[in-house]
Amino acid sequence: MRTDRKVAYLPYLAPGLVLFTGVIGIPFLMNIYTSFTEWPGVGTPEWVGLDNYAKLAEDGEFWASFRHNALVIVGMAIVPTVMGLVLAAALTDLIQRHFGPRVASVLRACLYLPQVLPIVIGGIVWSWLLAPDNGAVNELLEAAGLGSLAHDWLGDPSTALPSVLVVMVWIQIGFPLVVFMSGLQRVEPSLYEAAEMDGASWARRFWHITLPQIRPEIFVVLLWTTIAALKVFGPIYVLTKGGPGGATSVPSYYSYQNFFDKTEVGYGSAISTVLTLVIIALTVVFLRFQHRDLGEEER
Amino acid sequence: MTAIIAEPAPDRAASSRGPRRDPRRGRRRRRGPSAYAVLAALAALAGIMLIPFVVVVFNALKTPAEYAEDGPLAPPGGVHLDGITDFWERVGFGQVLLNSALISGSVAVLAVLLSVLNAYALGIGRIKGRTWMLALLLLANTLPQEALVYPLYYLAKQLNLYDTRISVIIVFTVIQSAFGTYLLSSVLATFPRPLLEAARIDGANRWQILWRVVFPVVRPTMSVLLVFFFIWTWNEFLIPLVFLISQDNQTVSVALGVLQGQRMMDATMSSAASLLGLIPTVAFFLIFQRTLSRGLTAGAIK
Repeated sequence: MRTDRKVAYLPYLAPGLVLFTGVIGIPFLMNIYTSFTEWPGVGTPEWVGLDNYAKLAEDGEFWASFRHNALVIVGMAIVPTVMGLVLAAALTDLIQRHFGPRVASVLRACLYLPQVLPIVIGGIVWSWLLAPDNGAVNELLEAAGLGSLAHDWLGDPSTALPSVLVVMVWIQIGFPLVVFMSGLQRVEPSLYEAAEMDGASWARRFWHITLPQIRPEIFVVLLWTTIAALKVFGPIYVLTKGGPGGATSVPSYYSYQNFFDKTEVGYGSAISTVLTLVIIALTVVFLRFQHRDLGEEER
Repeated sequence: MTAIIAEPAPDRAASSRGPRRDPRRGRRRRRGPSAYAVLAALAALAGIMLIPFVVVVFNALKTPAEYAEDGPLAPPGGVHLDGITDFWERVGFGQVLLNSALISGSVAVLAVLLSVLNAYALGIGRIKGRTWMLALLLLANTLPQEALVYPLYYLAKQLNLYDTRISVIIVFTVIQSAFGTYLLSSVLATFPRPLLEAARIDGANRWQILWRVVFPVVRPTMSVLLVFFFIWTWNEFLIPLVFLISQDNQTVSVALGVLQGQRMMDATMSSAASLLGLIPTVAFFLIFQRTLSRGLTAGAIK
């Protein structure tokens, strides 16, 4: 009787099941399968076992792309989270209380604006600002008498990745900021006021009130931005195309190159499979950690 | 793109809750020199964040000659829309804009419908195996599109769907509804059972219960999802880039990204492109902000 009733809901799930299987399930399994083959995208894939993975282990470009990705995580996840925390605390604890909520929300809106852009458009804006001749950044340096610092920012292997990271910080900063500020709305203002009256410095209030109160948000933001950093593709595509000479290549761009430029589909799928495993492992570790942390709080 | 989730709620909270608690608080406090120093620092930072936008607007309104003469930092001498109209015609921007709207709009509606149907079966029907289905959905949410893109490209070619807008609509309907199903299932899992029983006793069948009892309760959450799906799909890049090769089918991000990748644009055209690319999203942001904050507060009522 009970199962009967549950089965009656199956028709509602049927379209979803079919579509998920076709669009996510089967392609995902196909990708894992082709990672064990050599395949130029046409004809029959040739089974080569673990060859692609063995090749990956020795591929300097692959390891370099992961090293770059580690730096992208710094630029997209860690720096924005830390800056977001400090800015959210400053806006909530100082600006909002001393100058009123309107000033705080105008400042927040300015810092948030880059987030509403499609990430590709943000990249286009910057590739043009950073252009070697007549780019706004170089012109600004000229105007400030620092012409000697003018530079082909994205074209020089030594400055390409740092430039990309600066752009990523500019794009990302608004996200942690608004999440943390909304988390801080839970904190009673009187808590800050009492602490201030007791002589607690701004740094102490930050450390003992702000941080503990929004710990759940910090976890979520770090996880979300880290995953986004591991998947980063659009900005690399429009800013540098992984160049110059692979100086800004990341795994996601490297797999794209193998799929569509080099038509080494098997190798490309091995890269994306490794990337998937890294992301899943990271998510599991984060969720474990978060679970334990929040569990302790309840106890 | 993801950040929009959190944006509207704090806005409301900051502007309405703050003053209500203590209207004179802002004025009454002493403002030491350190508070002014922090304000100045934050204002400077906000200014720096806005410079790229200002530079884009300046140069989108210049003629190439003016740009060559005065450089990128000077304000424009007047309003010249030549760069913008040149760019508009060159990429057929009207068509591109329409494509983006069509794809994002269809995905938003279809993905919300699919999410509701799935969530009805999983959250209210409590179908067998729903725990692992939800776990799989969570997994699907974290999956990088790089791990799906080649097989999808291959399958689309086999099915003669390559370079069609419908292929992108199907793919994103499923990808977005992975998130929607997950969210709505957890909302519906807490749906008051007595309400369902009462409807059943009154002789309503499952279809009627879905639309007359469940739907009105989750409608606010659905409208928030609708907006998210629209904006997220609008901002997507990798899959549209791979799937849509002819200009007639391309979205805004793809058309601009491809042009940028070919390094075919001069400075004024580049900034005109950026301006045209950012206007729609800023517009959505302003339009949707109210829906979102309304939806989020209404969604809290269980």
